[in-house]
Amino acid sequence: MSTAKKQPMGFIENFDLYAPKLVEKEEFFTSGHRACQGCGEALAIRLMCKALGKDTVIANATGCMEVISSVYPTTAWRLPWIHVAFPNAAAVGSGVEAGLKALQRKGRIPDRRVKTVAIGGDGGTVDIGFQALSGAMERGHDLLYVCFDNEAYMNTGIQRSGATPFGASTTTAPAGEASFGNKTGKKNVAEIMVAHNVPYVATACHSYPLDFMNKVKKARKVKGPSYIHCLSVCPTGWRVPSEACIKMGRLAVETGVFPLYEVENGKYRLTIETPEKLRPVNDYLKLQGRFRHLSPDQIQMFQDRVNLEYSKLMNKVKHSRSWLDM
Amino acid sequence: MSKRIGMEIAFAAAEAVALCRPDVIAAYPITPNTHIPEHLSDIVAEGRLDAEFICVESEHSALSACAGASGTGARVFTATSSQGLLYMQEVMPIVSAMRLPIVMAIGNRAISGPINIWNDHSDIMVQRDMGWVSLFSANGQETVDMVVQAFKIAEHRDVMLPVNVNLDGFQLTHVVEPIWMPDQQEIDRFLPPYEPYASLHPDHPLSMGTLGLPEIYNEVMMARNTALMNSKKVILDIWKEWETLFGRRYEPIESYKSEGAEVLLLTMGSMGETAEVAIDELRREGIAAGLLKLKLWRPFPFEELREAVAGTKVVAVADRACSIGGPGGPLFAEVRSALYGEPERPIVVNFMIGLGGRDVMVEDFKKMIKKAARAKHVRAECAYEIYGVRGS
Repeated sequence: MSTAKKQPMGFIENFDLYAPKLVEKEEFFTSGHRACQGCGEALAIRLMCKALGKDTVIANATGCMEVISSVYPTTAWRLPWIHVAFPNAAAVGSGVEAGLKALQRKGRIPDRRVKTVAIGGDGGTVDIGFQALSGAMERGHDLLYVCFDNEAYMNTGIQRSGATPFGASTTTAPAGEASFGNKTGKKNVAEIMVAHNVPYVATACHSYPLDFMNKVKKARKVKGPSYIHCLSVCPTGWRVPSEACIKMGRLAVETGVFPLYEVENGKYRLTIETPEKLRPVNDYLKLQGRFRHLSPDQIQMFQDRVNLEYSKLMNKVKHSRSWLDM
Repeated sequence: MSKRIGMEIAFAAAEAVALCRPDVIAAYPITPNTHIPEHLSDIVAEGRLDAEFICVESEHSALSACAGASGTGARVFTATSSQGLLYMQEVMPIVSAMRLPIVMAIGNRAISGPINIWNDHSDIMVQRDMGWVSLFSANGQETVDMVVQAFKIAEHRDVMLPVNVNLDGFQLTHVVEPIWMPDQQEIDRFLPPYEPYASLHPDHPLSMGTLGLPEIYNEVMMARNTALMNSKKVILDIWKEWETLFGRRYEPIESYKSEGAEVLLLTMGSMGETAEVAIDELRREGIAAGLLKLKLWRPFPFEELREAVAGTKVVAVADRACSIGGPGGPLFAEVRSALYGEPERPIVVNFMIGLGGRDVMVEDFKKMIKKAARAKHVRAECAYEIYGVRGS
């Protein structure tokens, strides 16, 4: 998957090789924040901000990112940023969007488009913030919501969330003599957002930075709601070495555990092609302490789930049509 | 020129809000405040008010959306009642700490359980310590006036705090009263456009709602308390200005026939008007009774209370909420604590009345006052009663 292996021939053939040079140099999420080493979420936020550019307001849910970036009197944010509480980033974002809209209409702020972006972790999005997210998306605000999903409540100490994968051991769904850890599958919020008729929905991962940034740019252009679900590797919570962050994201995609796709007006498209035959999930699981306890049978159950979910997705990729063509 | 109209008070409150030209309104339906946002959405739909009306999916999101909108520098309004206010609870102290001048009308209603949609003050009493300015209206006119005043108080540079205006559910929200409705010109003169101290815009990026470690939390709390205590001066100034412009006088504690009174009844909200009738009758019977009506709940008017009760023998506090397992009603606790340091202090007794919409009649007030007149100094937990409990 590494782009470095390609022979530098034409610009178009090797676009991925040149594209990073086109990425905005300006930092809107600055160094000096207090994230752990190898934090995928902090990297993802930095990339997201570059893709969003200056004319952006961020509404942040309580969680790792708010804690590590805003210890008073310091801030890592060079974008206007507001944090209110845990469950309400989407609602606060709704208010920001409405406020900017009204003030612009009344000529009290400059007449140019400023994009409102609400962000939260998986807990703040798929669990406690789910109602606010659903409401904001359903109301059609000009709002991008980005969920940085590290698959558990990492800020409070690795407790299980609705986005925790099957079989992961967390501090509230621990593996033990009588348990193999989390017994349920991951809640698929991207699908739920599609069901809200959100015109642009995508999954992403910081390990595919250009893909992620392109999706952020696309979502930014939507004059209405859009949603990106960004898998964000948490070395601390996943129990992997910090230098494994990028690799884990790549493996999640290559094994089909977390396929990268986008849904534009109902039309599904894989944005990162996976190999004809997916890598076995164990390539991904065996490197992580949170799955260490799984037996071969349980790993097979994990594999079966991934196969099913992947087939469901591919079915949509093959057969879905854009609403605009209906 | 103000015009005298007959209108349901909730509708009138909405008209008053519209006169203040809010930019964003976010509200979620709950009885009995609902007619306020309903009528506001009408006003927006009719094109009489240029505002974004967000039909949020919960009260938690209503106040959260208000926080976001206020953060951009918009003038914002919301309204709620009871469980809705409790659902907002998480956001209540945050918006005051962030110094966001949000105005909220509360159609006061009992909190569950049992579920009950009728009036008492238990919803706002739960929010007592959330750092908001808290006003209590006694009738339709006061509701209209206070809603307008609330924006000016909230947005004043020396205050910059959210303000809630309390009006009794049903007793006020659903009652038609004659009201002097100010006109747009008058309100525009009184209330200038909102100039935010700080706002969310890419031209001047800043961070709102950052993390406060123990090294700073104390100082923030001190600043919040100071701001709320200092807001009283601004409130008094604004009330004076209101009196000059509209001829209606507002005080933290309004006295009615309190001169020479040996027993003073202290009320909040609409029941003050019923109590006036009781006082009139008692005075005719030769009983030296008077009435105090508290309009400013937060910041608590300690000084004005001490002045108002000076020389009286007994203060009977009528609370429309219980502090279960505590020293009596919340207003009672405040009054006792305000008077504790006084060398000459009256006996203070407490009646918890009108809970969950139980009717309180003129006769009830008369009975309470007569009973209070015979009261002796007792400990706090012996000085209260839930009035009118059947079978007791």
